[in-house]
Amino acid sequence: MTAERQLIVRGGRVIDPASGTDALLDVRVVDGRIAEVGAALSNATAEVIDATGLVVSPGFVDLHVHLREPGQEHKETIASGARAAARGGFTTICAMPNTLPAMDTAATIDAVVQRARNADCRVLPIGAVTVGRRGQELTELASLRDAGAVAVSDDGDAVADNAIARRAYEYLADLDLPLAEHCEDPGLSQSGVMHEGAVSARLGLRGQPAQAELAIVQRDIALADAAGAQFHGCHISTEAALAAIGDARARGLRVTAEVTPHHLFLSHDAVAGDSAELLYDTNAKVNPPLRTDADIEACIAALAAGVVQAVATDHAPHAAVDKCCEFDRAAFGISGLESAWPVVNTLVSRGRLSLADAIERMTIGPVRAWNLDTGDLRGLGSLGVGAPADITLLATDASFTVDPEQWESAGKNTPLAGHLLTGAVAATISQGRIVWDGRESA
Amino acid sequence: MMQSMDGPAIDRAIARIAHEIVERHPDPEPLVLVGMRTRGVPLAERLARRVESIDHRRVPVGAIDISLYRDDLAQRPQTRMQPSRIPVDIDGAVIVLVDDVLYTGRSIRAALDALIHYGRPASIELAVLIDRGHRELPIRADYVGKNVPTRRSDDVRVSLVEIDEVDTDQVSVFAEELANGR
Amino acid sequence: MVARPPTESVVPAAPSLLTPFAEPAAGWTRRHLLDVDTFSRGEIAQVLDTAGAMAEVLSRKVARTPALNGVTIFNLFYEASTRTRSSFELAGKILGADVINVSGSGSSIEKGESLIETLNTIAAVGADAVVMRHGASGAPWLAARTIPGHIINAGDGQHAHPTQALLDAFVLREEFGDLTGRQIVIVGDILHSRVARSNIWSLTTLGAQVTLVAPRPLLPAALAPGASQPEHPLGLPNVRVCADLDDAIVGADAVMALRIQNERLRGKLLPSTAEYARRYQITAERMSQAAPHAIVMHPGPMNEGVEIAVDVAHSPQSRIEAQVSAGLAVRMAILFLLIRGSA
Repeated sequence: MTAERQLIVRGGRVIDPASGTDALLDVRVVDGRIAEVGAALSNATAEVIDATGLVVSPGFVDLHVHLREPGQEHKETIASGARAAARGGFTTICAMPNTLPAMDTAATIDAVVQRARNADCRVLPIGAVTVGRRGQELTELASLRDAGAVAVSDDGDAVADNAIARRAYEYLADLDLPLAEHCEDPGLSQSGVMHEGAVSARLGLRGQPAQAELAIVQRDIALADAAGAQFHGCHISTEAALAAIGDARARGLRVTAEVTPHHLFLSHDAVAGDSAELLYDTNAKVNPPLRTDADIEACIAALAAGVVQAVATDHAPHAAVDKCCEFDRAAFGISGLESAWPVVNTLVSRGRLSLADAIERMTIGPVRAWNLDTGDLRGLGSLGVGAPADITLLATDASFTVDPEQWESAGKNTPLAGHLLTGAVAATISQGRIVWDGRESA
Repeated sequence: MMQSMDGPAIDRAIARIAHEIVERHPDPEPLVLVGMRTRGVPLAERLARRVESIDHRRVPVGAIDISLYRDDLAQRPQTRMQPSRIPVDIDGAVIVLVDDVLYTGRSIRAALDALIHYGRPASIELAVLIDRGHRELPIRADYVGKNVPTRRSDDVRVSLVEIDEVDTDQVSVFAEELANGR
Repeated sequence: MVARPPTESVVPAAPSLLTPFAEPAAGWTRRHLLDVDTFSRGEIAQVLDTAGAMAEVLSRKVARTPALNGVTIFNLFYEASTRTRSSFELAGKILGADVINVSGSGSSIEKGESLIETLNTIAAVGADAVVMRHGASGAPWLAARTIPGHIINAGDGQHAHPTQALLDAFVLREEFGDLTGRQIVIVGDILHSRVARSNIWSLTTLGAQVTLVAPRPLLPAALAPGASQPEHPLGLPNVRVCADLDDAIVGADAVMALRIQNERLRGKLLPSTAEYARRYQITAERMSQAAPHAIVMHPGPMNEGVEIAVDVAHSPQSRIEAQVSAGLAVRMAILFLLIRGSA
């Protein structure tokens, strides 16, 4: 009893979508787990966190981040990425395997798990589907699962070869692991650097047609269905692909999907900018590319309707030199962990999404999509008793201008710099430990 | 404002200069009149008509734009260049360069540089309606309509019916105070 | 040699000696020429008027002027070019500038130096203006944000080629005067053509009716007939698009053929150049359907016998050589206005 560490989050509006809770309550944390959620909790020795005026949410869960370690530590490290996650309200992040070397063996996955042990948030690894992500031979998928992989993906590229994709789904059906597919048919996207449409025509940039995404989504729905496996659509960005996913789910297939904050908020116009002087903004270069206004509307609608279960950042940090160059040569990707909640909350403040749904898609939604709440992680994504004490405090009315120079991430690459957003992460508690406290500034 | 020449006075000055030119360069000397843009051009055309009425020869008239030859290009924006037009081969010709006001002589220097890119004339002379003094280069006029003493700060304005949307020609001198107050 | 009075009377002088400017006198505010997309009618007219004056300079016995004495211009060409590069080089030299050529091969670009690095180096050596051609669309915009000198876009990727559009406008204005309502047909690889893009802007600004003709794979998807996207504020201006050259050419005042790049298209975007030629080549027979006064243009280099028939390329209707000489005058005008148009 004397050794136990107690923390009480007091006076906040607790929103826990897993249980349907939305009330002014206190949360008691003991030894890194949720011990009690109730009114007027107190304990003389407990550390008290005043959450008056704040929303108390389960810690956010991100199914899709790139931590760059090992191999590209000049862009980000596991430590800096985890600090960025904490600042962004995330307490669990899933790391994509496109590291150097790729996370395509139990050993490389284990190395990442070890390095992440003392990070500011929980890091769950995703294994590669094919060796070296080259799309030619399957990895030892069962070994990857046993080493801790929560999903497999060749993200950055689709598993382009139809036969390999088919065998992967068949094999994964027995392992009960989702295949998180980067939905881009390389034969259709060619070397497109932005969405193919009016803006690419204007700027003379090679475009990726929306059909490049739809083609893989439709193929993977068919293959996963035939195999009885789970297809998870990463960063879905087009109206047609979302419709296909909605249809598949309506037919009861094991299909899940995520959307990114940037695809919910920015269109391909961001590449050109809104002044007469064309921007060719490399910070708006991302794959899948920013799409049309109609696609944004479809993403928001699919998220609100639950066709899409998760907001995932596709956090893709880059060094300045990777972006300060010609648009064609610039790296794809947006550093997204620290702007995710402000973007989603801005949609809430505009009435596009309910606050409870927004929190659901960043907590229990992604957890259920990938069945992450098992074993040690039972209760993950909720504030249920016994769950890991991952708690995020949100200031939903705070307005501020995005300034990536203040971010923890080494990647300052965002097209949102200078945008006025509503909503901030006031504090983050990861496994009972305060890993971010911005209540002074929020 | 002080009026320096009215329309009839300008006519008389042009007539006199035309007589002087004919006297110095009788037919068939190959004469070419080249007006400096902008107001030197109608003056050159008027001189040519006078010369024709005096000794019935037709004198080719050209126009020269000195935008590319000015010595103050780095200081003064140049946005309204007009084409030069020299209608004949000037090798061996007598050229009379025509301008409205002779002041520092810098424009004339620029025009001389431009002209020699068209060939090698026998000689180049200078005719001006007004000489207001204050030369900064060793240049003088061969034919002068009127010498008008001015201060450097004065503003001398020539209005011609062909160009300035006025009913009559006029030369005016504005003192500094007025020039600034407009 | 003596001055010979011309056969017809020059007294009073030809009215053209006193032609007033079409537009009221205005200043020049641009530091760079990146594209013509934001140019007003007046600005285009100012460039073309100045180019007209420059064309006269070229007719002098000594076509050299001191206008840009002391100015250093770098020709930074990442892509091969004969006419554009030599035209810019000559334009700079005629105006008295020092012109230095930097190309991809034989420079540190070959050793992998980045564009930003190269630009900073050029700026440090004292470039007052940089004429750049680059394979990446938008590269000149990056340059304009990176270094202090004037940037002149000599072609960026598949995006813009503003001096080509201005010289085409010069040739068309010489031919037709006011372009309002003139029918101009652009035929060929619109998708990859920076010439087409810049011409669409300048010609529509000048009031011409532009029709693009291309097989569907060579059109930007957003311009394809029946494209589902509504007109976009950041898109290209409104133009007519037509798949059938025989329809589009009827009554046209000018027909502009674009280069077909065999190696890029064959078997991938088009079945064959022979089939392309059958459907889209500018032939004498097709030209007979255009207006009687119609002219033919081509930005070069030509594939005679592919996008344009040999006899048409060398017919009296052809203005292809006029385009090349207009190019020199227009580039002189641009250099002069950008560098000397504002103090």
